[in-house]
Amino acid sequence: MDAKDILGLPKTPLTVPQEKKSRPQKDSQRKPDGISREVYALTGGLAPLMPAVDVSQLKRRPQSDEKVTWQWLPFTSSARTDNLQLYHWVRVVNGVPPTGDYSFAKYNKSVNVVKYTDEEYEKYLTDPTWTREETDQLFELCERFDLRFIVIADRFPSSRTVEDLKNRYYNVSRAILVARAASPGDVSGHPLVKEPYNVSQEIERKRALSMILSQTKQQERKDAEVLAEAKRITEARIAARSAEESDMPVASNVSPESNEKNIIPVETVSPSSNVQIPPTTVAPPTSTADNLSTLNSLRGMRVYLRTYALEQMVQAASSSAGLRTIKRVEQTLQDLGVNLKPKVPTKSVCAEHLELRKEILTLLNLQKQLQYKEAEGSSHRDGSYAETPGTPKRSQRAGEQDRTFIPDSISFGGERVGKRDQKRKAPAPPSPAQSKRPRKLKASD
Amino acid sequence: MPHTPSLSSSRNQSDVSESAVKLQRLVMGRSTDDPEKKIPNRRLKDVEICVPISYGTISFWLGRKASESQSHKWTVFVRGATNEDLGVVIRRAVFQLHPSFNNPMRVLDSPPFELSESGWGEFEIAITLYFHSDVCDKQLDLFHHLKLYPEDESGPQSTKKPVVVESYNEIVFPDPLDSFFARVKDHPAVIVPRLPASFNLPAPVPIENAKEKKRGDTKDHPLNQWFVNFSEADELLKLATARQQVQAHIVKLRRQLSVIDGLPRPLKPASDE
Repeated sequence: MDAKDILGLPKTPLTVPQEKKSRPQKDSQRKPDGISREVYALTGGLAPLMPAVDVSQLKRRPQSDEKVTWQWLPFTSSARTDNLQLYHWVRVVNGVPPTGDYSFAKYNKSVNVVKYTDEEYEKYLTDPTWTREETDQLFELCERFDLRFIVIADRFPSSRTVEDLKNRYYNVSRAILVARAASPGDVSGHPLVKEPYNVSQEIERKRALSMILSQTKQQERKDAEVLAEAKRITEARIAARSAEESDMPVASNVSPESNEKNIIPVETVSPSSNVQIPPTTVAPPTSTADNLSTLNSLRGMRVYLRTYALEQMVQAASSSAGLRTIKRVEQTLQDLGVNLKPKVPTKSVCAEHLELRKEILTLLNLQKQLQYKEAEGSSHRDGSYAETPGTPKRSQRAGEQDRTFIPDSISFGGERVGKRDQKRKAPAPPSPAQSKRPRKLKASD
Repeated sequence: MPHTPSLSSSRNQSDVSESAVKLQRLVMGRSTDDPEKKIPNRRLKDVEICVPISYGTISFWLGRKASESQSHKWTVFVRGATNEDLGVVIRRAVFQLHPSFNNPMRVLDSPPFELSESGWGEFEIAITLYFHSDVCDKQLDLFHHLKLYPEDESGPQSTKKPVVVESYNEIVFPDPLDSFFARVKDHPAVIVPRLPASFNLPAPVPIENAKEKKRGDTKDHPLNQWFVNFSEADELLKLATARQQVQAHIVKLRRQLSVIDGLPRPLKPASDE
């Protein structure tokens, strides 16, 4: 209709055909054919792009000119060596039974185990620990059992380990391969030649696996502990190393090893204390690795702006805090009347600002701790939800109530005497809360 | 004296690797009683030289003389926060203006680092500061949004009162070269820490065009009545008050926590403080 408006076409003569059109249109929108309306709605109201199954195939019936019968007929399989004849049902079309080999015969694969002649054996394959008969037996078993060495080891007349058998087999195969090859280069790509069987490694590997498999729960726990400890130690070492590099105390110039890149040897051996410059107090580096690394990176820059330095330090200090905590810090700053970014970012102002942010973080952490403790405690009382100490910040109070709500509902069960409305967010009903009111601290400074 | 032999040997080597010296953090060694044997171009560890600056724009409405394309006359500048001469530190300032300007890249090789233009639109000006060779070989980028129209749109614009937006900041040079330090340590534009008296610095060598006729400071600048006076005292006071409040809170919460921890469970709620 709008299009027609834009085009300036008259509307009235079209009303009659429009009515007719709109009705079948609405029908098709409402109910697509083939599936019911509700099912169609499940797909999101849109037809699938491609039919998953070709619907036309489902109801296809066999062509009328074919005559199909099923017959109980004998068959042979090329996979068998004994000419056994078995019977099975066969689909016969127009009196013509199907031709061809048994359809599953193609799955009868076997390993091609090498076959050596006597002279080859004499020339390449003799081994002090293996007799000719044993080797022959081994190979026969290999062929019979398709290189399933566990079975072969079981069947082997003299007791030999699986690794031993494997070793012999692979050595022989490799020797034959190399001997028969026209040139060594031809076979160098063959996996047998490229990666020879390593007996000792295999034995070790299997031993290690069995050890792990048979580990008791205790041992597992101990292992995990040791790993965690190791991780902690490496992390501490990394932090310590970065601290070392950053400080690079004057004393370190005495030992040339600490300055890896420094070609110039120590200029003086005099005691460091005399020469030490009283360090200008940048925000005193805290023990956390974050702050240290930020300071280092700042020192590494040849020039930077004070605001940039502050940003980096703030980021480092709040690196462990989530987004919500950071927002709360900023909200607190605003409530205290402090600019989020100082208007006059001098050194001391930035230092103070940073310290303030850290203190606010501490404050928020303490508040959270207190909430949890109180929630724990309140779960043992028949009172209502714990009321956390009020803070001057409204927004936080609402958030705090939210949070104490959850631990209460988890730990409560059916202890509560009165009725409890799980969905209620308002403060607790009057009577049990009376005892709580005096607890509510008003931080009226 | 045990120092002398090591000193001379290291001096030779330091000559050789002087270029490498700039990239490495060497430690100050103690010079001997021989003042001429100072080793040049060492970096002062744990020292930072700080240059407080203020940069921004001042924009006047042209009133009757305004045209469609030139409704405001504005000046963008970088000045010392106390209006001292920044030429000791800054060698060149490049202002990158909107491409619709002629020659949008304006280069200033001497203080005062400012330029005036007329136009109608607000845009971001990129300011790049280049420093003298003994100061720093890296450039520093600043960005400032040119503001022509005042915050409150009420009332007609005045040709007398400009729209001023200035930002205070400090350029920090960590671990500066001792020659740089020696050169600027007494200059009012720069804040340097106090070094112990026993410190031996090279004799200050003024930079090339020391015979500048033009004064680089902005103390008598025509626009200086509009310059913002930045005082950290206000901010410090606010921060100190805020910190006190927060600390008091923390103490309170800690006390509460310890009370709760001290109590056996289950119990009635801990008494109010």
